[in-house]
Amino acid sequence: MPIPAWAVSHAVNANTQTVQMALSTEPPNLNSLTSTDSVSFFMLLHLQEGLLSYGDNDELVGGVAESWRMDGTHVSFTLRDNARWSDGKPVRAQDFVFAWRTVLDKKTASNYAFIFYPIKNAEKIHRGELSPDELGVMADDDRHLRVELEQPTAYFLSLTTFATYFPLREDFYTTQQSRYAADAGKLLYNGAFTLKEWTHGASLTLEKNPQYWNAANIKLNAINIPHITNDANTLFNLFQSNEIALTELSRETLPQALQQRLYIQSFLNGMLNYMEFNFREKSPLHNHALREAISLVIDRQALVNKVIAAPGTRPTTNFFPAWLPGLLPSTNNIPAPDIEKARQALSLAKKELNVETLPPLTLLIYDTPSAVRQAEYLQRILQQTLGIQLIIDKQIFKQKLAKLNSGDFDMALSAWGPDYNDPMTFADLLASSNANNHGRYSNPQYDQLVAQAARLPLGDTRAETFATMQTIIAKDISVVPLTEPGIIYVQNRQLKNVKRSRFGGDPDFRHAYIEEKPSL
Amino acid sequence: MIHYALKRIFTGLITIWFIASATFLAMHMVPGDPLADEKAVPLEIRTALLEYYGLDQPLPVQYLRFFNNMLHGDFGLSFTQKNRAVNDIIRAHFPVSALLGCIALLFATGGAMLWGALAARFHRHWPDYLIMGVVVASISIPGFVFAALAQIAVLHINQQFGTQFPLAGWGTVQQMLLPALVLGLGTMAYMARLMRSSMLDVQQAQYIRTARAKGLSSSRIFWIHTLRNAALPVFSTLGPAIAAITTGGFVVETVFAIPGLGRYFVQAVQQLDYTVIMGTTVFYGSFLVLMVLVVDLLVGVIDPRIRLQDGR
Repeated sequence: MPIPAWAVSHAVNANTQTVQMALSTEPPNLNSLTSTDSVSFFMLLHLQEGLLSYGDNDELVGGVAESWRMDGTHVSFTLRDNARWSDGKPVRAQDFVFAWRTVLDKKTASNYAFIFYPIKNAEKIHRGELSPDELGVMADDDRHLRVELEQPTAYFLSLTTFATYFPLREDFYTTQQSRYAADAGKLLYNGAFTLKEWTHGASLTLEKNPQYWNAANIKLNAINIPHITNDANTLFNLFQSNEIALTELSRETLPQALQQRLYIQSFLNGMLNYMEFNFREKSPLHNHALREAISLVIDRQALVNKVIAAPGTRPTTNFFPAWLPGLLPSTNNIPAPDIEKARQALSLAKKELNVETLPPLTLLIYDTPSAVRQAEYLQRILQQTLGIQLIIDKQIFKQKLAKLNSGDFDMALSAWGPDYNDPMTFADLLASSNANNHGRYSNPQYDQLVAQAARLPLGDTRAETFATMQTIIAKDISVVPLTEPGIIYVQNRQLKNVKRSRFGGDPDFRHAYIEEKPSL
Repeated sequence: MIHYALKRIFTGLITIWFIASATFLAMHMVPGDPLADEKAVPLEIRTALLEYYGLDQPLPVQYLRFFNNMLHGDFGLSFTQKNRAVNDIIRAHFPVSALLGCIALLFATGGAMLWGALAARFHRHWPDYLIMGVVVASISIPGFVFAALAQIAVLHINQQFGTQFPLAGWGTVQQMLLPALVLGLGTMAYMARLMRSSMLDVQQAQYIRTARAKGLSSSRIFWIHTLRNAALPVFSTLGPAIAAITTGGFVVETVFAIPGLGRYFVQAVQQLDYTVIMGTTVFYGSFLVLMVLVVDLLVGVIDPRIRLQDGR
């Protein structure tokens, strides 16, 4: 058996400008029409490109489009003359029309089809009420794309960076049929890299795409992925033996990294961890006073410092993480628990619910060590301060989701990550029609604000609308925001300019390069 | 002999049918929603997904469809690894598990013979106690501990001596040895115990006494009579052992980042990937049935007494 080239190479190589890294799992789905997971999004970020893209500071920059214009419900894009697919053919406006129509075709069964709903007729097409030809997108010629929106949508341009909006070439897609994107040879690339080799479950090699319009500014020649594993110890061992240039640290490997005085970095990954309540009549949590009592005894500082005990994670009371653009400046004062007020709220709750003692409440969580520790903390604190008995309902991934969706819980620990760079990606979550609003929280005023914010142009009025939503969430105690989780990681000193991003694929190696000598 | 083999093949097929049906039922009884994702989808998308995977049909219809497809050798497309056929997953990853398993099995049987025979040879002397101590430890300590320890050991050796032994991965012989050793350890320990007690039994047997009385040299008695006879019961456990080693590699495959089928098998169950669960279970079930059959037939060849009893 021949020895693969990467078996003898190192984490970074300045001469060849190559970097090695590991993936936690095999990319489950590189078909941009239907991908949903972070590993596939990471791959697609490097392999393909949409109309627009995010720059180094998350600002919108041109991707396939060199210029664009948004005027109310009319959006027009002019495509680059030199945007090409990896086989040398130009990326045309028709490739976007084909991709978008295919996503909305019910037969494609794309989980992210709803992200097209701002486009005219998208929702009706997706429901099967209209044919895909009636989607509000037109190719005037090869280089000019016109989009009609249902209503003015300020964040529409951000959506065009999302993988589901990537172009797709009809001739290629049709010849591959259901096997499109199943192997390296079954994909076309219009991004900074191409997938040169893909040994399933074992290794992948990304190579610089010479056809990419911006190839002159891509410094890395290759990204080698010689290992696929999610074992935190293995990953850390590989980093130490200089086989990979970047790895996240876990609670187990962090002490070793500290002991070896490695340079540890952290980054808020944009997610929000929060507690959901079940507002259905069958759960006592539909009672406002009970939710208030529970929210008042939670000590977020203790939760972060003593229970989660991983650096980088921050306590929060805001539903909208502060990094989002277009928000009013917010203060994040973490309140100390108020046991006295909580007890008063609890007795009010008991009176309103007409019970002497509360039945035990269930807290639905994933069976991860961190979730279990947090649940046990909440269990103890609720028992000690309010005498509420909490039953921890620990479930595997698919079963927790099934229980959430069917409303089989009182409280649940959940997490939400942003899809695009706008507060709507969070605001929408608590709208009464949203499928991810598992507890069926419903406030007409809130729904109205969401609809309003969707229409409003970027600016102060819109920012105030989000602030009002935040006030309503706090008043209704629709959910209890708990923490903004952080990632802690170690990175090879020669590897520079890797962008950590909160949406659209992370980490971003597109502008990374390898420095000659380790800097001190 | 042929009659015996045919009978065994027939019961084997019944067993596979039973495995497939029981797995199918059990899988659908496991609570959880195979199509659920972190980001919940609107009802119309869900309906489309159910249709796409044929889950909108009643269970008996799904069962018949599955069987019809299985008889045509098609297990469908994976739920989680979209676009990948289950057949492709098995075809790509089983050879890796099989190769890893074969090397592990060589370690296991070779080691078991050696250590078991040595322990029996020095029965109730210190080599016996030492070997059995190590054996008991190997059985009781879980594989992932050995795997992690072995990897850290290699890392330290590399750092101390500037060597470049691979920590993980697959493709070179160096990358295969360590995981195979770790994987084979449990089986080796189990078989070594079996070998030892079998040796002790045989040493007490009448024919050994006869051989001694005939004046055969002790080395000839050991190699030709004791060892060969004692090895038989150990060989008859090979079938299940092969299956256990080739399927039990999940932990080793994860720690050493090996693209074997074991990882897909376990992940499929965790993620309720129906088609992969069915495909891998039926495949592994058939493999187990086949291995037990082959080993039984081979033992019949090695030991005429077994063949006489069954071959009417």
